Amino acid sequence: MAHDSNHQDSHHPKHGFWRTYVFNTDHKMIALWYGITALCFLLFGFGLVMLMRWQLAYPEQPLPLIGKWFGPTRMPDGVMLPEFYNQLGAMHGTIMVFMGIVPLAVGAYGNFLIPLMIGAPDMAFPKINLASYWAFFIGGVVMLASFFVPGGAASSGWTSYTPLAVIATTGQTMWIIGMIFLITSSLLGAVNFIATIFQMRAPGLSFMKLPFFIWAQLVTAFLLLLAFPPLEAAGVMQLMDRVAHTSFFMPSGLVVSGEHLKISGGGSVLLWQHLFWFLAHPEVYVLILPAMGIISEIIANNTRKPLWGYKGMVYSIVILGLLSFIVWAHHMFITGMGTTISAFFQATTMIISIPSVVILTALFISLWGGSIRFNIPMLFALAFLPMFGIGGLTGLPLGLSSPDIQLHDTYYVIGHFHYIVAPGTIFALFAGIYYWFPKITGRKMNDLLGHLHFWPSLICMNLVFMPMMIQGLAGVSRRLYDGGASYAHAQGVLHLNVLMSHAAWVMAVFQIPFIINIFWSLYKGQKASDNPWESTTMEWATATPPPHGNFAFDPKVYRGPYEYSVPGATQDYTPQCQEKVI
Amino acid sequence: MEIEKGWLQKIMGLPPLASAHGGEIDFMIFLLHLLMLVLFVGWAVFFIVVLWKFRASRHSKANYKGVTNHYSTYIEVGVAVIEAILLLGFSIPFWAKNVDALPTDRNTVVVRVVAEQFLWNVHYPGADGVFGKTDPNLVDKQTNPLGLDKSDPAAKDDIVSINQLHLPVNRQVLIYLSSKDVIHSFALNIMRVKQDAIPGLSIPIRFIPIKTGQSEIACAQLCGLGHYRMKGYLTVSTNKEFDEWLASQAKQSQSSSDDFWN
Ligand code: HEM
Ligand SMILES: [Cu+2]
Ligand SMILES: [Cu+2]
Repeated sequence: MAHDSNHQDSHHPKHGFWRTYVFNTDHKMIALWYGITALCFLLFGFGLVMLMRWQLAYPEQPLPLIGKWFGPTRMPDGVMLPEFYNQLGAMHGTIMVFMGIVPLAVGAYGNFLIPLMIGAPDMAFPKINLASYWAFFIGGVVMLASFFVPGGAASSGWTSYTPLAVIATTGQTMWIIGMIFLITSSLLGAVNFIATIFQMRAPGLSFMKLPFFIWAQLVTAFLLLLAFPPLEAAGVMQLMDRVAHTSFFMPSGLVVSGEHLKISGGGSVLLWQHLFWFLAHPEVYVLILPAMGIISEIIANNTRKPLWGYKGMVYSIVILGLLSFIVWAHHMFITGMGTTISAFFQATTMIISIPSVVILTALFISLWGGSIRFNIPMLFALAFLPMFGIGGLTGLPLGLSSPDIQLHDTYYVIGHFHYIVAPGTIFALFAGIYYWFPKITGRKMNDLLGHLHFWPSLICMNLVFMPMMIQGLAGVSRRLYDGGASYAHAQGVLHLNVLMSHAAWVMAVFQIPFIINIFWSLYKGQKASDNPWESTTMEWATATPPPHGNFAFDPKVYRGPYEYSVPGATQDYTPQCQEKVI
Repeated sequence: MEIEKGWLQKIMGLPPLASAHGGEIDFMIFLLHLLMLVLFVGWAVFFIVVLWKFRASRHSKANYKGVTNHYSTYIEVGVAVIEAILLLGFSIPFWAKNVDALPTDRNTVVVRVVAEQFLWNVHYPGADGVFGKTDPNLVDKQTNPLGLDKSDPAAKDDIVSINQLHLPVNRQVLIYLSSKDVIHSFALNIMRVKQDAIPGLSIPIRFIPIKTGQSEIACAQLCGLGHYRMKGYLTVSTNKEFDEWLASQAKQSQSSSDDFWN
């Protein structure tokens, strides 16, 4: 890292390698570790899905070149076994969600930006912060190691529904243990974020002057704090069902392959689903809210005007957070629900769509009247809007129980949520990397490579995920090892599997410019000033890269976060911590 | 026999439709996609215009206030109203009428479907209309997949088939769905029927087939390594053909259970 030692605070003596890089409690170093680790996991999770896409496009044909490397228990003669397909599917979901996006969007972005944006020297609890990273790291290692235990990794989907998960091979035990570490990590991070945002804001920085990004992180932290404990408890219960043969989730009278299971029974299968989705629905907002925060910062900056409807956005995101706790059972409409319960969860789901629409609309309207700069961060941010729009809109038929009868557990669902998390969240995370890279390293990323990354990714994303909607409407189930090849009703849409797979591989190729860009720009990128985007928020008021302790002065806040193009001012941006308008 | 698609199924790319209630589902899916299309096209037009009109090279000084009217609020309220109509006018009444309520029709065909890794056991009560008792301890994979208690008089005439669900056309059907091992999901695409099969629960499903023909039973919930091939067959035939099929099955299962007991 181009960590410039000139900026090191004088009262902080230099430490050796371990204290400087590995056990450094500085929020920025922890954020970097989070970011690098999470990006590696994202790449790995993407790699898993590229393997799956081979099997989906060319069922039971040997994978050329690398197929043989996976060994006879996974891909004998290069032909993928269904067992391995299911492992890849479950681990792709788990890795992308819990080891990729959450640590990147929350661990990396939150840690780096919260203290800088609120004018604080560090997080409230630096050591807890470090513990949070290491819990995440250990959880990740346990998950990766699970591929190598007998029977392979977890194979019951990222949802780990019981009883399937209880009777699964050892990989599932590893999955639960890994999850317990990952959950612990998020809980430690969440208390830290909340304490920091409540206690360490610079003088003058009232809640309604917080950058929208901080609001997004605050709501996210509450979601993590309140939603994860039930899953942690449920995880321990599932672990007990597996290793101590309790029956929390196991009913009486189970007969598996002709054998009457010798368990006490009396448990409830659906209890697991309720506990899981009680976490996992708020979790989907954990995946999207930080992304919305990033997009808002970049849009305000590159339209050179304030966000439109900031207050409405803040109220909406708070309401979104609250409501996200009472929509979970919309994932369970076809488990045998009665009218009353299904009516309740449909109603809450329709209601929660309103604040999401408000935020998205506010972002669209913010563009009106701007002086729009089309730099790379802005391109990703702009693409986020319609892509997230598609993801959100396709949620409507899934949120009403009656149309969900046809669409539930089909590829329509896969298409829907990938529009939200891939060209949605992932694009936002890319946007943020291009945007804050100059603050982190002192150099800008390369534009040409940026274009080479953005445009093909945008096209491929749509080629991968739009056909999934078509397959879903035709009734093709998700999580099928052969992509539906054995079903008559899938025949008409089967050819799309080939298109989607090729698009996914092409997309992978066009991530290479991004990786090259990071390393190239680190050393050769154009040198950036402290505030290269002429931004108003406080992270740009520090030296670059920000030294330990962050601010060379005591920051004070005089105005809201997006004072761009203030009438009467000659400069088109007026930073939050600058006293006079010039 | 291919079942013809209607216009709704054609434009939405849905499977052909063969049940009485399915039309409403298809119509809701259609309306929702229409709503999406309108909103998306609206957004997209606005988006493209704005990006063109307010690009920095054309509009070098941003306007601090931006939009000052409240059209967007009207649009948001409009969306909320449409959602409320879809919810209260369509989805909830549909659920109450077609999913929740049990049929009262005396002429209802009642069947049990019991899922297991990776097949569908179909259980007909036989002439007496009463399902025989079952017991997990009696299950034998080859000869008695449901664990039917043959000492129960009601079990004597029961018919059990594997992966073959036969139903008569234009009669109310009531299926009690359960599972022996893990969660499966019973999907009859052309009937617009999908219901999770959950061990420990017996969940009723109701519908009326309105077209004769053959189609598939798909499993929609990940249930293990054979999930992708957990396929059954649904045959909807005339009442007469259905009765004949039941009779032939009764004979078959009689002879096979005789082999077993003697
Ligand atoms: C951009 C590249 C990606 C591609 C090509 C891709 C592709 C897929 C495919 C084909 C499936 C369905 C597998 C099946 O039904 O058998 C799937 C499942 C899933 N994906 Fe992705 N995905 C991508 C990115 C992501 C991201 C960024 C996330 C982040 C949250 C994610 C989360 C999931 C989850 C949670 C599942 C469900 C796993 C399960 O069934 O248990 N994916 N993905
Ligand atoms: Cu949800
Ligand atoms: Cu299945």
